[in-house]
Amino acid sequence: MFSLLRSMWLVFLHMFHKRETYQYPEERAPLPARWRGRIALTRDPDGGERCVGCYLCAAACPVDCISLQATEDEHGRRYPEFFRINFSRCIFCGSCEEACPTYAIQLLPDFEMAEYNRQNLVYEKENLLINSEGKYPGYNYYRVAGMAIDGKAKGEAEHEEPPVDIKSLLP
Amino acid sequence: MAIIHIDGKSYEVKEGKNLLETCLSLGLDLPYFCWHPALGSVGACRQCAVKSFKDEKDTKGKLIMSCMEPVKDQLRISVSDKEAAAFREQVIGWLMTNHPHDCAVCDEGGSCHLQDMTVMTGHSYRNYHFSKRTYKNQYLGPFLNHEMNRCIQCYRCVRFYKDFAGGKDLDVFAAHNHVYFGRYKEGTLESEFSGNLAEVCPTGVFTDKTLKQHYTRKWDMTYAPSICQGCGLGCNIIAGERYGSLRQISSRYNGAVNGYFLCDRGRYGYEFVNSERRIREVAIRGLMDHAIDPGAALQYLQDKLPPGRTIGIGSPRASLESNFVLQQLVGDDNFYLGMSDAEHDLATLALKILKNGPVRTPSMQEAATADAVLILGEDLLNTAPMMALSVRQAVRKQPLQDAMNTTHVPAWQDAAVREAMQDKHGPFYILHIQPTGLDEIATRTYHTAPDNITRIGFAVSQLLGAPVAAVKDLSEEEQQLAQAIADALLAAERPLIIAGYGCGCEGTMREAANISWALQQKGKAAMLVLTTPECNSLGLEMLGSHRLETAVTAVLDGDIDTVIILENDLYRRLDRHIADQFFQHCKEVVLLDHLYNATAEKATVLLPAGTFAESDGTLVNNEGRAQRFFQVFAGSGVVQESWRWLLQLGAATNNARLKNLVYLDDVTQALAQSSAIFAGIDQLTPPADFRIAGQKIPREPHRYSGRTAMLANVNVSEPKPPEDADTAMSFTMEGYRGEPPSSMIPFFWWPGWNSVQSINKYQTEVGSSLHDGDSGKRLIEPKANGQAPYFSYSPDNFVPLAGHLMLVPLYHIFGSEELSVHTPAVAERMPAPYILLNPEDAQRYQVVESHQLQLSVNGHPYTFTVKTDARLHKGMAGLPVGLPGIEVVGVPVLGKL
Repeated sequence: MFSLLRSMWLVFLHMFHKRETYQYPEERAPLPARWRGRIALTRDPDGGERCVGCYLCAAACPVDCISLQATEDEHGRRYPEFFRINFSRCIFCGSCEEACPTYAIQLLPDFEMAEYNRQNLVYEKENLLINSEGKYPGYNYYRVAGMAIDGKAKGEAEHEEPPVDIKSLLP
Repeated sequence: MAIIHIDGKSYEVKEGKNLLETCLSLGLDLPYFCWHPALGSVGACRQCAVKSFKDEKDTKGKLIMSCMEPVKDQLRISVSDKEAAAFREQVIGWLMTNHPHDCAVCDEGGSCHLQDMTVMTGHSYRNYHFSKRTYKNQYLGPFLNHEMNRCIQCYRCVRFYKDFAGGKDLDVFAAHNHVYFGRYKEGTLESEFSGNLAEVCPTGVFTDKTLKQHYTRKWDMTYAPSICQGCGLGCNIIAGERYGSLRQISSRYNGAVNGYFLCDRGRYGYEFVNSERRIREVAIRGLMDHAIDPGAALQYLQDKLPPGRTIGIGSPRASLESNFVLQQLVGDDNFYLGMSDAEHDLATLALKILKNGPVRTPSMQEAATADAVLILGEDLLNTAPMMALSVRQAVRKQPLQDAMNTTHVPAWQDAAVREAMQDKHGPFYILHIQPTGLDEIATRTYHTAPDNITRIGFAVSQLLGAPVAAVKDLSEEEQQLAQAIADALLAAERPLIIAGYGCGCEGTMREAANISWALQQKGKAAMLVLTTPECNSLGLEMLGSHRLETAVTAVLDGDIDTVIILENDLYRRLDRHIADQFFQHCKEVVLLDHLYNATAEKATVLLPAGTFAESDGTLVNNEGRAQRFFQVFAGSGVVQESWRWLLQLGAATNNARLKNLVYLDDVTQALAQSSAIFAGIDQLTPPADFRIAGQKIPREPHRYSGRTAMLANVNVSEPKPPEDADTAMSFTMEGYRGEPPSSMIPFFWWPGWNSVQSINKYQTEVGSSLHDGDSGKRLIEPKANGQAPYFSYSPDNFVPLAGHLMLVPLYHIFGSEELSVHTPAVAERMPAPYILLNPEDAQRYQVVESHQLQLSVNGHPYTFTVKTDARLHKGMAGLPVGLPGIEVVGVPVLGKL
């Protein structure tokens, strides 16, 4: 009997509490920065595509909803020729982001991706690539990787010595 | 046998091997870099350290390098010892100090021995925080990428390239911690086996450049066990596909055939599968305006195949199944082997020698155990490249034995035995029309006309006691040479004689047979290798039927309405003018092929056939070994196996002989029953209903990615994956995850071993056969105790004919083969068409190098660009056969000036 009355009292008190319900879509919930929502491909600080087509995201994906084809441009930079995510399969687990060695693929705090037509949930590279560094500003994979590309020769990356002169016998 | 104790457990193992090899054979995981099963040990990388104990009471022990330690009875070691494990982790830490941060853009990633070993030792965080050493890369030609930053200085590349394969232009430069592996200056790697560097290198210094054009990780490809189509040796390959195109060929270990390696034609000659020139739709001449579905084409052909007025032309590059079904479709009497006259003669002779002679024809790995080699008229590096690699190993045998006897070190102590051997070579004689790439290791070479080679061979066989008459008018030099060869062969225990199609001369094959038979009768374990030009030449010959010439006669006589041509370009088999006439006289030409070629130009009906990657079938190599190749991926659209097209054609015409044949197993069973020689060919691989634990064998690795996205651009609902009703393999990643039977291993992978080094886990013993035996079945065994049917004909001395040149064939590893030239990288290595003359002949006919020479062959004029070489016999001219731009077929043939 007591517990019944207590419950009614507590429910009554709620009338005076702050409202937890958001009046979506007029009102939006603030999402944390690490929210696993919309997947995007980000860019380097110098504007180049961060994705190097290493296939690790595709391998990590538990539902196999990422497919891509790596290729190389005339500057020696690798990039995906196509990059496709089937969001009708995606479970937003974030494994792809975790697997990405270049911070290219990132899950952003945005979930508004609903579609009436399932086919529209298939995103190609032009739908995924954004003009931003996303959550990890400043990182530039090619500045730390040993591969030479146009504008960054061998030995010019971070923590690299100039190329060895193989004709020298000096220690 | 010895008993050794590893971590307190006792094992019975073979004595004399090294400890690393033994541990790997026992299934233990022990990291290594510089050791390779085919290359032996040098103890350079210090990675395979284990602890060795004096006796039971010894608890301290000492660290030893397992690859340098011979197995002795009562050896006590510990692999898991803390100190040993820490040592291995330290070593890999040092090796990794300069390794760049670029796995993501490295083609080796995912199949990298360095990654595997790093994970295995537990080295997961970098302790070195200073700057890294860098190198400049070199351009190494169209086959390999170079990325020296990744090098861990294991020396495997130069040990394979120089020591094993005899290459000259890859070496190690500079000193101390700056060593550099590359060429003395940028340029194409010249060795025919350079592609193996991509597999031998434990990391990504050398990677496959053709793969990079359409890069796919190892885990993302659909694989199938296949057989190389590049020459008659039948090397085992693994072919990988992604997004409907063939991506990579890698070596599939077969302890009897190719071992660990492949030649560059085999590895890179695959891109014809993805060619723009592929025939992908059914076409009927005159019906250009709409796509024709296969049913309509079959209906169209229904009344176009009158029995008796329809002939079938087979092909030495099509599978046994396709040829057999065509033979059944048109009837035995109307089936013709699609080989040129010269090739037909050579194949017939080869089969006759192998079937009737008492001498065994060895597999490539057996050939490598020979201790004396004689080559009669064969440029092995260009006609059967992997056999040349075996010969290189055979030539090492005698000095190796001597070195082992004098220094008492085992053969796997690679650096030590090589030091002891220096550059000594065993007895090796080459008789050929021009210099070959193996000349440098030969005891003696002699360059002369094919007929003269035959004569010397004849003299050798006579000296060895063959019951043949003496050869008349041999020059003194030739007599001495014959004597030297006979003496060397008699002194050997396992002499190997090699001949084949290389100079288009039957005589050399006959004499090779004579010599090997005579040696056999002297009590030697003689071996005889006869090369064949195409992947199924011997199989087609076994099937047996009429000559192509006869078909031409029948058609020109007007007896024939319809010709069904199976995967064959008749313009490569017949003189162009004869072929033109042939096609003019046919009412219907039905061509089943995969590439648009000159014959397709003449066809009235084109049926798109699958390449080796889209078909199942069987090939017979030069050794008479029948081997099955599996479909890698389902062909796009209406592309299907030739034998399936022909079966459907049979059903459309109510052919009684093809009744009830639907699947691959039906065809192989019918083939096995058709002739005694094919007995057992249906059991080369387990049948289609074979299951392990109720499951099929998956063609895809378990990490295969993108299944729900790769076709989502077409339709978001994934289609049902294709089903394989012909074999026990599935096109998906679902299926049995354990080890499949050796004949159907789609890829080598083992937990913790992602790279090709995982082969160790599939072998009964490192470097020997696969777990349930090496795949393939030898269809021909020598007639033990049989009479040797000696050949007694010897030609006359070659005398140049005034005003004429004897055209002899020259072969090129890159260019002579029909299909591989469709790989852009291979085409880049192809020579420009030429004719090779002796400088005296050139002077006589008033031409110089790079001038044009006009010759008339069979009454038709041809123009060639001249090259000269004084080592070519006068009165002869070398013609690069099969090279695009060379239209003369049927070489050897006389050319008139």
